[in-house]
Amino acid sequence: MQAAGSPQRLVDMVFRLREYGIIAVLIVFIAVTTAIQPRFIGQQNIKFVLLNATIYALLALGETMVVVSRQMDLSVGSVLGLSAYVSSNLFGQVHGIPIPVVFLVGMGIGLVCGVVNGAITAFARVPGLVVTLATLYIIRGVDISIIGGGEVVASSLPAHFSAIGSDSVVGVPYVTICVAVIIAIGTYSLRSFRAGRELYAIGSNPDAARLVGIPIARRVFSAYVVSGTIAGLAGVIWASFYGTVDSTAGTGYELTVVTAVVVGGVAIFGGSGSAAGAAFGALLLSTIATALYALGVSPFWDPAFDGLLLVLAITLDRGIALRLAEVMRKRTFRHEP
Amino acid sequence: MSPEPVVTASVSTVVPPTSGTEPPVPSPPSGPGEAQPTGTVSARFSRIRGLARWEVALFAAFVIVFIVGRVLSPEFLTNYNFFNMGLSNGELAIMALPMTLIIVTGEIDLSVSSTLGLGSSLLGLLWMHGWPMPAVIVVVLICGAFLGAFNGFLVTRVGLPSIAVTIGTMLLYAGIAEILLGSNIVSNFPATYTNLGVYGVPGIGLSYSTVIFFVLAVIFGVVLHFTPFGRSLFAMGANQEAAIFSGLRVKRTKMILYIVSGVVCSGAGILYTFRLSTAEYDNGTGLVLSVVAIVLLGGVSIFGGKGSMVGVVFAVLIYSGLLDALLLTGFPQQASGIVIGGLLLLSVLVPSVPEFRARFRAGRYRLRRQEPEAITVHSRSVVRPLATSDSSDKAGQGGPAI
Repeated sequence: MQAAGSPQRLVDMVFRLREYGIIAVLIVFIAVTTAIQPRFIGQQNIKFVLLNATIYALLALGETMVVVSRQMDLSVGSVLGLSAYVSSNLFGQVHGIPIPVVFLVGMGIGLVCGVVNGAITAFARVPGLVVTLATLYIIRGVDISIIGGGEVVASSLPAHFSAIGSDSVVGVPYVTICVAVIIAIGTYSLRSFRAGRELYAIGSNPDAARLVGIPIARRVFSAYVVSGTIAGLAGVIWASFYGTVDSTAGTGYELTVVTAVVVGGVAIFGGSGSAAGAAFGALLLSTIATALYALGVSPFWDPAFDGLLLVLAITLDRGIALRLAEVMRKRTFRHEP
Repeated sequence: MSPEPVVTASVSTVVPPTSGTEPPVPSPPSGPGEAQPTGTVSARFSRIRGLARWEVALFAAFVIVFIVGRVLSPEFLTNYNFFNMGLSNGELAIMALPMTLIIVTGEIDLSVSSTLGLGSSLLGLLWMHGWPMPAVIVVVLICGAFLGAFNGFLVTRVGLPSIAVTIGTMLLYAGIAEILLGSNIVSNFPATYTNLGVYGVPGIGLSYSTVIFFVLAVIFGVVLHFTPFGRSLFAMGANQEAAIFSGLRVKRTKMILYIVSGVVCSGAGILYTFRLSTAEYDNGTGLVLSVVAIVLLGGVSIFGGKGSMVGVVFAVLIYSGLLDALLLTGFPQQASGIVIGGLLLLSVLVPSVPEFRARFRAGRYRLRRQEPEAITVHSRSVVRPLATSDSSDKAGQGGPAI
């Protein structure tokens, strides 16, 4: 009885440490940067970093749900681009359209994309990586065909809409607070609700999950739908941040989001990690980008840092996993006879 | 859906015609099963049939693309157009070859386009510092080998998932390229080299990159389908555990593949640089997804263990033919992603249709009972799901968790 309990607690502790590790790295990074360049924690800068991280963290929430169930969603960047254009273009098309409607339209677009991804992946049993690689191209192509050479310019957006990205309370933008709440809800649901737990079960052992009667297709489908909807929401927020939306909006975001998720401690083959960790991963990447700039390091160094961080993170995870397996094996042997 | 799968030709028939006045029409494809003298006749036959069906479909698609291209534009089937088609897709096609081998073993290399970019940057940097060109090329290729070895080290020795590793090194290598070259643009390369992007190979008329692609395709195809080394790639892709227990040197083999990929991709970087006569840090950015799309379109399974070089070569031809036809008809170039993505989606959906129908008919309970059996079927055969009755995904290999 005790033997069954204590390794479980050990695993829990290690994974919690993994998340705290990201936060610790983040704090060390901020401290060092601030020591060298005090302006780094100026209000403007914090706001900039947070705004930057907000979109990635939001996308990382949806991506976490998908990755945890041992799939991948590569189409988030394209969905973001499509949603950003179509929703912000509504202001020019329909005079005086209420902002909530615009948000609903953006999320609706994401929902449709997510349904397509999810249906093909879950019900036709095609690997999600391939499906979303295809829809990455297709959705971007649709986006480009709709836009043509045009773009939405900031001046065509109503002031209230642009204010979403700029208004803040004590230096923290409102939208960041909203996204933080969404991520908190998402993390809690993933960890404590039945559907969320089942995603972890699917990711950690699909065969076992099927045998215990988890509706795998339905769960994976829902994960994609949620991820798509979130990407749609992120698109509207993107439009309000940047104002100018053309056909390149969100290009390449998918890999940054996957990087953030993995750096944040979500195993790439599913089964472990949390949305909060992924959000901190996104925050860390965004902080590093800005910190390099603040330190006077050429921005050219940024992708190399991200890549190195990713490789380090997974190497560390691997080391922890091996060590943990060893410890648990020893314990099992000690208690079993 | 297709003519009788005639199984006579070998991989080498995809070498382009010497005249260049007609499309490179290869003979009907053959399955790699021909290279297997052992095994029962029926097993061999079913393997050939399973593979041939997919490749015949690709062949049909290829013919359709070229006919439609001809109908849409009279310029399509011209020497000049073939030259251009090969020129603009040559590097992409070359990178698809090592990628095929890597995906067959069940791994992936997403850092190929960054390796290309880093090769290009290094080329520009060394040339800027006055190195002689032959030395520069050698250094770039060696550097490519090291980049590949780094991927291989992390994947095989440290034991990390290749998809995560190569997303990391993709960023890392692209970052190093940026650090090396910064915002410099090197373009004063000697005409002897930049002519690669202007003139074709004398007597053939195709671009150098195209010819290199076809030569490499034959080499890679022979290695993959006609050597024990190649067979071992399928074995470790189908079931890595089994491969280890049967004494295959899985780690070393994968290491070799990553090194080869690094060398080939940095070589593609050299071609890319000379073609555009420009070395920039972001050369080749984003090509990787197209490379993966081509390989999967060619019928290589993302989970490894299945695929053929003939299929990939056809996929390359379909890809470049289609893009070119769209370009000639004035379709917005960027939006051509719809067509590429659609093709990719079709290529994974069509083979799963019979399985889906069978599942639908059989109902849930029978399916559950059959599942464990299906796993062993999968690990033995190299055919696409089309041919296996109820193929399933390998447990614990990152398959679709259905």
